[in-house]
Amino acid sequence: MAKIIGGLTTSHIPAVGNAIAREQMQDPYWKPFFDAYPPIREWLDEHKPDVAINIYNDHGLGFFLDQMPTFAIGAAHEYVNEDEGWGLPKLPPFPGDAKLSWHIIEGMVDDEFDITSCQELAVDHGFTVPMQLFWPGLGDNPNMPRAIPISANTVQHPIPTLKRALDFGKALGKAIRSYPDDIKVVVLGTGGLSHQLDGERAGFINKEFDQMCMEKIVTDPEELTKISRHELVRQAGAQGTEFLMWMMMRGALGDKVTPLHQNYHIPISNTGAGTMLLECVE
Amino acid sequence: MEISEFDHHTPIEGTTFFDGEMAMKGYALNKMCYSFNAAEAREAYLADPEAYFDKFKLNDEQKQACRNKNVLEMIAAGGNIYYLAKFAGIYKMNMQDIGAQQTGMSVKEFKEKLLRAGD
Repeated sequence: MAKIIGGLTTSHIPAVGNAIAREQMQDPYWKPFFDAYPPIREWLDEHKPDVAINIYNDHGLGFFLDQMPTFAIGAAHEYVNEDEGWGLPKLPPFPGDAKLSWHIIEGMVDDEFDITSCQELAVDHGFTVPMQLFWPGLGDNPNMPRAIPISANTVQHPIPTLKRALDFGKALGKAIRSYPDDIKVVVLGTGGLSHQLDGERAGFINKEFDQMCMEKIVTDPEELTKISRHELVRQAGAQGTEFLMWMMMRGALGDKVTPLHQNYHIPISNTGAGTMLLECVE
Repeated sequence: MEISEFDHHTPIEGTTFFDGEMAMKGYALNKMCYSFNAAEAREAYLADPEAYFDKFKLNDEQKQACRNKNVLEMIAAGGNIYYLAKFAGIYKMNMQDIGAQQTGMSVKEFKEKLLRAGD
């Protein structure tokens, strides 16, 4: 049977992709951010997950306001990134796992989650930057897993509640664990933490709130479901709603997790950047 | 930190909730910006911005906000920041440039504000 071995969180800021392309990882600005990743890569090299479920939020590449799914699951054999308007480098295709995708879709709809299945889905920086951070070299990296993108709407309100995000993750975890093949799965929750790009409040970052979220996501994610969406915008900033991806990831991991590694750094671009490795407890 | 429920209708200063009302108001503007994912669309826009505005049926408020390259005006006209980022990209404006413009700071001051958030 499939096994979920752990969860990873990371910011997915486009500027990170640019810094990787320009090999600026050791620059003084970037070093405190990039230094968080080698210990996680060591864990990945040791455990070699077969599949990465990459939970992110599309930022206007795969979806537009004409048709905006609240929860979308990739069901393709491979995924490609596309130009998002400012010329991120074109990356090689990311191999998918369509069989597992459809198993997850079947399981989640059976569990009464109404999701959108995508046989084609252009993946943006929200998906690609975490893959680059955790598996440098991508296709050239021998440990590069197959990937399944899951996107949640944080572009327009109403966005999902934190409770719904956590419950989504629980159903996702249940679906994965019922998959008959003996594979190891890691779940990524990407985005965040606090940031606001728009309005007179642009540049808002809330260190205290971010650190509370990083603590509670380990010990008591249920407590976080008490935060309303309005309160999340107030405390985390308009784009800090990406924390929903972390809640989805956390739900899939089960009740108990061991935090093996974490880092918090301000600022990367306009954002408080949180990185975590959570190992599932059997 | 105390976690509490919060009134959904209380405005948050300096923040626009991009909800259904704004999504309808800004649809044409956001659709134009969404087209800028394609390099040829960016070139077509730069060759003749006014014709491009008309192609996507922008209203006068949206056109003027775009002419002014003013992000707050574009948001007021229904723009969503994720799509506006693609408009800004055409003019090589990054998120710090946009942040500085919206907060009335220099880019240097805005970057210092971000750094101070880590203190």
